[in-house]
Amino acid sequence: MAKQIEVSDLDAYYGSHKAIAGVTMTIEPRAVTAFIGPSGCGKSTFLRTLNRMHEVIPGARVEGKVRLEDEDLYGPNVDPVSVRRTIGMVFQRPNPFPTMSIFDNVAAGLRLNGRFSRSELNGIVEESLKGANLWNEVKDRLGKPGAGLSGGQQQRLCIARAIAVRPQVLLMDEPCSALDPISTLAIEDLISRLKLDYTIVIVTHNMQQAARVSDKTAFFNLAAQGQPGMLVEMDETSKIFTNPAKKATEDYITGRFG
Amino acid sequence: MRRSAFRRSRGDGPFRFVSTGAGVILLAVMAAIGVFLIIKAIPALQANTAHFLTELTWSPNATEPAFGIGSLAFGTVLSSFLALIIATPVAVGVALFISHYAPRRLASLLGYVVDLLAAVPSVVYGLWGVTFLVPFMLGPSKFLNTYFGWIPIFGGDQVVGKSMLTASLVLAIMILPIIAAISREVFLQAPKIQEEAALALGATRWEMIRMAVLPFGRPGVISAAMLGLGRAMGETIAVALIFPATFNISFRILSANGNSIAANIANGFGEATEVGRGALIASGLVLFVITLLVNMAARLVIARRKEYARAAA
Repeated sequence: MAKQIEVSDLDAYYGSHKAIAGVTMTIEPRAVTAFIGPSGCGKSTFLRTLNRMHEVIPGARVEGKVRLEDEDLYGPNVDPVSVRRTIGMVFQRPNPFPTMSIFDNVAAGLRLNGRFSRSELNGIVEESLKGANLWNEVKDRLGKPGAGLSGGQQQRLCIARAIAVRPQVLLMDEPCSALDPISTLAIEDLISRLKLDYTIVIVTHNMQQAARVSDKTAFFNLAAQGQPGMLVEMDETSKIFTNPAKKATEDYITGRFG
Repeated sequence: MRRSAFRRSRGDGPFRFVSTGAGVILLAVMAAIGVFLIIKAIPALQANTAHFLTELTWSPNATEPAFGIGSLAFGTVLSSFLALIIATPVAVGVALFISHYAPRRLASLLGYVVDLLAAVPSVVYGLWGVTFLVPFMLGPSKFLNTYFGWIPIFGGDQVVGKSMLTASLVLAIMILPIIAAISREVFLQAPKIQEEAALALGATRWEMIRMAVLPFGRPGVISAAMLGLGRAMGETIAVALIFPATFNISFRILSANGNSIAANIANGFGEATEVGRGALIASGLVLFVITLLVNMAARLVIARRKEYARAAA
C-alpha cells in the first residue's frame, strides 16, 4: 500500500513569487518523514505540492518532478483529482464537514470514489475510526454532527476520513498545532501506528514532536525574508537532532534562531 | 465625596436610549400602519355581499359590492412561485460560476453586472416585458401548447402572449439578480478549510461545491429566494402591464389567465369608490399575511438544520 516519493528539483510559485526553490529528496515508504524549519520557509507549501493541493490557490504553480514510485504526478495526462485520492491530507485546523454526521464525514471520500453497499460502508467506517483511535469515543453517536466533537476528536475524525479511502501516502500539515497536549499525544501515538501501513509526511513547528514521531527529518530554511525557501538537509532524525551536517540546522534545533 | 472607580460609563445611557428608541419607533410605525389598513378595510368588508375569502370576482364599485380575494391571491402565489422556480436554479448557477468557476477578472466584472441588474427599477422590466417578451413568447408558448399540451398547465385552446407564463418570466428575470447577488456573497464565504478538505479527498470541483459550498450556503440561498419571492409577490407595475387582469382560477399558464393582488391595486385604485378603496386595502392586508406566512415557512426550513448550523459556528 505505501509507496515511495521522489522529488527532483522542485520549484513552487505563488504568482511571480518563488516560494520554494530546487528541492530534491526521497521520502521512504512505511516511515514518518518530518519537515521542520522557521515560519515562511516553504515547508507547508512543499507538502502541498506533493498531492497537487498547491495549485488550488489561484496563481500558484509548480515546476519540477514529483514521482510516486514510477509515476510523475505532474505528468501531462495526470488528473490532480486522482492524485489527491491516492495521497491523503490532514490539515492544520480540524476541518470536518459541518453539515455531515460523523459517519458521513468518514464516508465522504468513499462516496466520491464509487458505489459501496451500506454494509461495506459500515465496515470501512468502523475500521477507519478504529484506525484513527476514535471508534470507542463515537461508536454510539455516529449520526451526530462531526463538528460537535472536541478539537482533538475532530482531528482524529479527519484522519479517519483521510485513511478511509486507503491512500498510499498521508500528508499532515501541522496536525497538532491547534490541539492540547493530551490530544497531541493521542495523534502522535496514532502516527506511529499508521506508519506501519502508510508513507507519512508531517510538517511540524514542534521539534520535540519531530524527534518523537519521525524516522527522517528534513530541515527547510530561507536565505532572507522574501527569498525562496530551500531544503538545507535531510537525514535520519537521530542524526539531525544530535549531529547535523549543516551549521544552520544546528542553530535552528538548538534554538539560536527561528 | 470620592467618585467610585466603578461608576457607569457616560456613553452607555444615551446609546441605550437611542437604540431602544429606534426599535420602539419601528414597532410603533408598523403597528400604526396595520391599524390604519384594518380600519380602512372594515367598512368595505361590511358592505361586501360576497364572501371575501372565497369569492373570485372583484366588483367593489358596484351598487351592491361583491368582491373576494380568491383569484387574486391565487394569481399572486402562482406567478411568484413560478418565477421562483425558474429563477432560483439559474441564479444559483450564476452565483456559483462567479464565486467558484470564473477567472478572477471575469468574476468581478460579472459580479458588478449582477449587482447593477439588481438595482434596475421594476418598471423597466415591465416595459421590456410588454414590448419584447409578450410578442416573443407567442412562439415558444405555441410550441409548448402543441407538443406538451398533455401536461395540464400547458394545455388550453387559445394561447396568448400576455399570459401567466410571460408574467412569471418577467418576475423571474426581475428577481434573478437579487437572488444571484446574495447567493454569490454567501458562496464566497464558504470556509476555505472545508473546500480544501473536499479537494484533498479527491473531489472534483463540482463535488467540492456539493460537499463544502452548497450545504454551507443553503440557509443563505433560502433567504435570498425568500427575498426574491417577496419582491415577486409585491411587484406591481411590471406585472400590471402584462397580466390580462382576469378574475378566475386556472392553472393553464399559456392562456389569457392571471392577475395579482398588487397588479389589481395598481389598476384599480385610481377610479375606485370609497368601498372600492377599502376593498383594495383589504386585499393589501391579505398580501401582507401571505408574505408573512412564506417568510415563516422559510424560517422553519432554515431552523430544521439548526443542530448542524450551531455545531459549525
